[in-house]
Amino acid sequence: MSAETVPDTTFFVTEEEHHDAGGATLLGFWIYLMSDALIFATLFATYGVLSGSFAGGPSPREIFELPLVALNTAILLVSSITYGFAMIAMQEGKLGGTKAWLAITGLLGAAFVGIELYEFSTLIHEGATPQTSAFLSAFFTLVATHGLHVSFGILWLVVMLVQLSQRGLHPENQRRLMCLSMFWHFLDVVWIGVFTFVYLLGVL
Amino acid sequence: MSHATHAAAPHGSRRTYLIGFLLSVVLTAGPFWLVINHVFDPQTTALAIIVAAVVQILVHTVCFLHVNTSSEGGWTLLAYAFTAVLVLIVIIGSLWIMYHLNSNMMPMMGSGMDAQP
Repeated sequence: MSAETVPDTTFFVTEEEHHDAGGATLLGFWIYLMSDALIFATLFATYGVLSGSFAGGPSPREIFELPLVALNTAILLVSSITYGFAMIAMQEGKLGGTKAWLAITGLLGAAFVGIELYEFSTLIHEGATPQTSAFLSAFFTLVATHGLHVSFGILWLVVMLVQLSQRGLHPENQRRLMCLSMFWHFLDVVWIGVFTFVYLLGVL
Repeated sequence: MSHATHAAAPHGSRRTYLIGFLLSVVLTAGPFWLVINHVFDPQTTALAIIVAAVVQILVHTVCFLHVNTSSEGGWTLLAYAFTAVLVLIVIIGSLWIMYHLNSNMMPMMGSGMDAQP
């Protein structure tokens, strides 16, 4: 678009400030994450309100197993740093290193989801189902929403591994990896809230 | 203020990631240790683990999410601060209102925290 075809009295910006497209995407993705934070805020608020409504069902102290939660927390935290190493390898232009760290991150994420599913199945076998009480409904909704996010993060990670194998570290893939980086670290931030306010305060 | 336009990208150095990781390990292991070993009375423990969680969220934000005053010209920080305010209003506001509703509407269930039929 040439500037001379546009009259002087225009009411729109004829010449956009030239950011690279990656910057706009990253900011947009950040805004999405902030709205996702609001979803979790409502779920945390729901859990907070209902966490004392047992309806004759089990209380947190009777059903939560802290060692399992500690293991899951450790796995997610380590997966955060391994994703960080993938980003550093990407900055250094090392395709092999990026893919290796991403694969490790994905495996850790899968372990996290696996342990969470094991925890859920144990709870349900003990009779602590989402239908038992308002406390358990809120618990399963909050924790499973987080687990679902992690599962989609793993799916995204696998897609990125395929993309990296086919096309390498070109700018678009780098931009996608940065978005996934924010997503992954954001989920770890949400998990800080879950293990503190649901599990630790629950058994206190 | 640097002119580099792609400094907006959430990069980090190995050092920031390692510092963030070490701080997170301490701020995670500490609360679990406090709760499992019953080091303090429940009220002090609750306060300590909430403080640890808030600090750890800030550590993750700075070291892993690389939010600072210059990323995206400050817009990520502004969006983050705005969201933090909304999150606090939603959570604290809900707890406050529902606590008072419980204590006003359901006298036989007490404060709602020990609602055993």
